[in-house]
Amino acid sequence: MNLKELSNRKARFTGGHTLCPGCGEGIIVRAVLQAINQQVVVGCATSCLEVSTSKFPQTSWKCSFIHNAFENVSATMSGVETAYRVLKRKNKIKDDIKFVAFAGDGGLCDIGLQSFSGALERGHNVLFICLDNEAYQNTGIQRSSATPYGAWTSTTQIGEKHKGKEQFKKDIVKIAVAHEIPYVAQASPSNYLDLVKKVSTAVSINGPSFINILSPCVPGWRYLQMESIHVCRRAVDSCFWPLYEVFVENGVEKWKLNYDPKDKKEPVINFLRMQGRFKHLWNDNKDIVDKIQANIDRKWEELKKRCSV
Amino acid sequence: MIKRVITGNEAVAYAMKQIDPEVVAAYPITPQTQIIEKYAEYYAKGEVSGELIDVESEHSAMSAVVGAAGAGVRAMTATSSQGLALMLEIVYIAAAMRLPILMPVVNRALSGPINIHCDHSDTMMAANSGWLQFYSENNQDVYDNCFIALKVAERVNLPVMVCQDGFITSHSIEDISLYKDNVIKKFIGEYKPKYNLLKKEITMGPFDMFDYYFEHKRKQAQAMFDSVKVIESTFKEFSLISGRRYDFFEEYKLKDAEKVIVMIGSTYGSARDVVDSLRNNGELVGILGIRVFRPFNFKLLKKKLEKIRNIAVMERYDPLSGFGGILFNEIRSSLSRNDIVEYIYGLGGRDVDDSQILKVFKEMNNGKELIRYVGVRE
Ligand SMILES: Cc1ncc(C[n+]2csc(CCOP(=O)(O)OP(=O)(O)O)c2C)c(N)n1
Ligand code: SF4
Ligand SMILES: [Mg+2]
Repeated sequence: MNLKELSNRKARFTGGHTLCPGCGEGIIVRAVLQAINQQVVVGCATSCLEVSTSKFPQTSWKCSFIHNAFENVSATMSGVETAYRVLKRKNKIKDDIKFVAFAGDGGLCDIGLQSFSGALERGHNVLFICLDNEAYQNTGIQRSSATPYGAWTSTTQIGEKHKGKEQFKKDIVKIAVAHEIPYVAQASPSNYLDLVKKVSTAVSINGPSFINILSPCVPGWRYLQMESIHVCRRAVDSCFWPLYEVFVENGVEKWKLNYDPKDKKEPVINFLRMQGRFKHLWNDNKDIVDKIQANIDRKWEELKKRCSV
Repeated sequence: MIKRVITGNEAVAYAMKQIDPEVVAAYPITPQTQIIEKYAEYYAKGEVSGELIDVESEHSAMSAVVGAAGAGVRAMTATSSQGLALMLEIVYIAAAMRLPILMPVVNRALSGPINIHCDHSDTMMAANSGWLQFYSENNQDVYDNCFIALKVAERVNLPVMVCQDGFITSHSIEDISLYKDNVIKKFIGEYKPKYNLLKKEITMGPFDMFDYYFEHKRKQAQAMFDSVKVIESTFKEFSLISGRRYDFFEEYKLKDAEKVIVMIGSTYGSARDVVDSLRNNGELVGILGIRVFRPFNFKLLKKKLEKIRNIAVMERYDPLSGFGGILFNEIRSSLSRNDIVEYIYGLGGRDVDDSQILKVFKEMNNGKELIRYVGVRE
């Protein structure tokens, strides 16, 4: 699979949507649908992606699409996929169909975590994707459990007493892995082919799969719109957002690191300096930057160990 | 027809088995639990052809059922009380998406305080959610309502609740006549949805701005208006297989009555005996029971009640509004009358004995208070 081949595939996520220029969500969704390359039904939680692509009477989706509510895309797709399985068993449907559930970090890690966990435990054959833009962007950049330490959001503001978010990100990948589903991965649009490959791996596996994807947000992260991919690259190269996969077979986890910057591993400040949401850390508050760096280093070493690197 | 002695919950489970939906997604809650346990037994034995999803909450039950119905299959869930409250967000969405989902609800009081027994606070909370609502007096009603309701729902593309009184009918055994599977199969027919996520590329659940939301709501409202005629004809069709001719309202000795109580659910049965005993003493009393609450057939209701001198509404939930409940308000406005009185009764499963109904008949035309209570220590 190369980029040329991919771009020749029929686009099922079309232009004319109202996502901000430079938004990661459009880039990622296009990649996901191109990677699947067969009939697909998409479920989408209430989010920027949903409001920007399905405003009646227009739609950006050239595949079937269902939006139900904010916290329940996983349960909704459980129902769609189960209906399909029954019809298939009864020979009332011939086509092979794949199912993808998109949710933001709010819709998946916070309010939708129960629905997500339930669907994983029940083993529905659905690819779940978290478009992690690290806040509730659709409603105006409020903190989520996926907002990183130190980040400004409209509900974690910068003042004398408090300086941005005071907790680290929820590790949703580990939570998914704990369900012992066959495939979990983390990806970034800056590593496009890696992302596409992960999607095709996920849909080729029988059972639930989950991919956590970093989704840059121009107004939420406060960077220049042409820099979306650069920001993601800094996230990957600083190991703030490592790329890896976890296969589980018969209860045995196999962790695989997909990218190791080795001695080119960048300090996290390079990632922070690109974004206005970390402006208060660019020159001051070094203790916070140190804390962030230490957390990244610890998690990176831990990940390498798991991946036997 | 096959005669059986079964509970209201078993009647629902049996109806589900006969409807044989492709997807059932449910979560247990007293007093609904027996329904899904019985259904799970059918499922384990291979007596149903669909899939049972044991979801992790009622919110997910309704969400999964919306997904399945969106995929073009018959889909069901069942619940009570807190379960209905938890899923309420998606209850509204199911109606707006025009998905003909059948949901049996076993009425139970809403918390707090937590209580497992019957009143109608749960389904009254959902009375304006865009769902059709059928209520049942006894186990035969519960069973029959399931088929009628499903057929109506699929004809008008609106979801429907079939409600029965928790424990009072759900856990009591009664004689009922069951129909043969092939009779039901023929009556409900094959489900052929207009739209289907698995067949065509469609966008379901889009986002509306002020330029379309109102039109979509208007159409939803029209479906509710139009459902009146559809229900009438479906009742007629159902009478051909059952020999029972149902209507929106059940009436008992209404024709020459001077005093009438309007009520919903199982109390209607015991109220009939009270009517008989009062009539033996020469009192002209009658009752009207509500079978179909949504749509509210106000025209028919007016015809039935306009000549009645004294009317009381007995309502088994308290709206806590400083005024009366939904049924009370609906009846007052249908009749354009302000002399109708409300009696709130039986909350949280409080026993409703004949003396309470007798008291309502005796006192309804006395006193100035519009909103009254019966059967409570004050
Ligand atoms: C039950 C409920 N609570 C709150 C909201 C308001 N709301 C809609 S989208 C959203 C945030 C979405 O954030 P996320 O899932 O991260 O997606 P993003 O827009 O960032 O892509 C919120 C809070 C809602 N629609 N429903
Ligand atoms: S606010 Fe952020 S996530 Fe939402 S459309 Fe704009 S760039 Fe995308
Ligand atoms: Mg988000």
